[in-house]
Amino acid sequence: MNSSAKLILNETRMFLREPVGVFFALAFPSILVVILGSVKSFRSPDADLGGLRVIDLYVTIAVTLVIAMIALASLPSILASYRERGVLRRLSTTPVPPAMLLVAHLVVSLVVGLVSVILVMGIGRVAFSVPLPRQIGGFLIALVMAAAALLAIGLFVAAIAPNAKAGNAMGVILFFPLMFFAGLWAPRESMPHLLQRIGDYTPLGAGEHALHDATVGSWPHASTLGVLAAYLVVFGLAAARLFRWES
Amino acid sequence: METTNQSFDQSGSARLTPRHDPDQTSDQFGSARLTPRHDSDQSTDRSGSARLTPRYDPDQSVIVVDHLHKRYRETVAVDDISFTVERGEIFGILGPNGAGKTTTVECIEGVRKPDGGTLRVLGLDPQRDRKELRQRIGVQLQEAQLYEKIKLGEAMELFSSFYRDPVDWRELVDELGLTGKRDTPFNKLSGGQKQRLSIALALVGNPQVAILDELTTGLDPQARRDTWDLIEQVRDRGVTVVLVTHFMEEAERLCDRIAVIDSGRVVAIDTPGGLVARVTTEQRVRFRPAAPLDDRLLTHLPEVTGVTRHGNQVVVTGGNDLLQAVTSVLARHQIVANDLRVEQASLDDAFVALTGRNIDS
Repeated sequence: MNSSAKLILNETRMFLREPVGVFFALAFPSILVVILGSVKSFRSPDADLGGLRVIDLYVTIAVTLVIAMIALASLPSILASYRERGVLRRLSTTPVPPAMLLVAHLVVSLVVGLVSVILVMGIGRVAFSVPLPRQIGGFLIALVMAAAALLAIGLFVAAIAPNAKAGNAMGVILFFPLMFFAGLWAPRESMPHLLQRIGDYTPLGAGEHALHDATVGSWPHASTLGVLAAYLVVFGLAAARLFRWES
Repeated sequence: METTNQSFDQSGSARLTPRHDPDQTSDQFGSARLTPRHDSDQSTDRSGSARLTPRYDPDQSVIVVDHLHKRYRETVAVDDISFTVERGEIFGILGPNGAGKTTTVECIEGVRKPDGGTLRVLGLDPQRDRKELRQRIGVQLQEAQLYEKIKLGEAMELFSSFYRDPVDWRELVDELGLTGKRDTPFNKLSGGQKQRLSIALALVGNPQVAILDELTTGLDPQARRDTWDLIEQVRDRGVTVVLVTHFMEEAERLCDRIAVIDSGRVVAIDTPGGLVARVTTEQRVRFRPAAPLDDRLLTHLPEVTGVTRHGNQVVVTGGNDLLQAVTSVLARHQIVANDLRVEQASLDDAFVALTGRNIDS
């Protein structure tokens, strides 16, 4: 097995050995869908939501939750700890560049995220008859753009965090307001118009908007994908510029 | 890749000397393989007589550091450092904290870019030939940790996948006495075991040079002595070792030659014995006479330069053959010398004399 495959295998093992991380990335979003889907009134159509049910909205929100958990709650503290512990510096003395470890971590993050998204949508479909996205191509584009934008923000936080503790704190502090605009506490569709407009300029608000559009059958609004692309470029470049391999 | 080096012989004509043809290196390497210098009983002998005398053949130099200079903004970390490391030796870099030791080896490893001077490691430029160099050197970093939950065997397997021609990591783990710990996660290893793993990781790529930085800092005395035995084993495998340390005892015990570094400059390069000899040739004999002793018996001896008394202890200082002279005069007068001890200047004394301060200050 070559070194890239070995690094990916190793990142997978390290992920699976952190029960808290596994719970929040793989189980928590699905559990949220199960809990909300068990509430009877959330399973009846609501005229205020254009005839959709609350649970229909929350499956999409849970998809953004998967992205936020991995990109904000987990990635910054893990990468900052690799720097803090000297793992990146140690790699830089071997023939394998430390950037390969970042790539391996991103690969594992994407696979874990994909598994979790499939779980969320599968449970929604099977247990609560939540229809699968009608515009599947648009949904995949929205999913990729939202994941890329949030991972760029996560990498930026990992770049500026002086240590694992700070990386964790910064990620969690970002998590709550960003998930608010994605509708975790009250679906975006039930928010006042002004709040929705503000939310459209936040990464997870724009992400949820784009995913929702594709779920109900239209292409994601160009402005939502534009906002996600802007976050990806700005934070991606900043992360690349500011990332330090040693503390 | 073949690196050539233009050099001038005494007649002034230029010739091109091929250095470090990769096919040849392994042969040179094999032939330079050393037999163990001394057994463990002799190893505490500080006279230096059992030490290997390194050969100074320029083609044998695996590391050439020439007027290295490195700044961090306004702080000069390395002012002007030059030395060469010969194939098969244990070369010590000794100095107080902040002397520029780590920066120097980081430049050698290619991890840092020097601001001035030239470097050659195995005939390669650490910056330009970074990728090739990393295949051929093994590094143990000061205070570097691994993934908390990686098992020892997994770490070895992972790192061995980084190299073109790794050794069998299972054998290496066995040699380092870590076989029983293969399934133990990194954060459950003791300090000494982590250090041994760190050495194993530095050696798994089958390197020609191992650079070990502050290997025994934070270890208890037993673990430290075990680690020293290990370093000698590493050298006996034919690996050239560069050892960064601020422990005198470690440098004195292990190193064939030592570069003493202070404030970013080389103060002296010599064998441990040579460094001590530079400082003083004075010897000191200390004993408690069993019967009254007239100082004049001793001061009359040509070998003696001074006699002082501390309570009932007599301290005699002098040059070569001091012990012989003192004991024979005592024997002639039938005075038994209790608690007789000979004291020589140590590397500590040499360090203080060379740098004007104690290493820990």
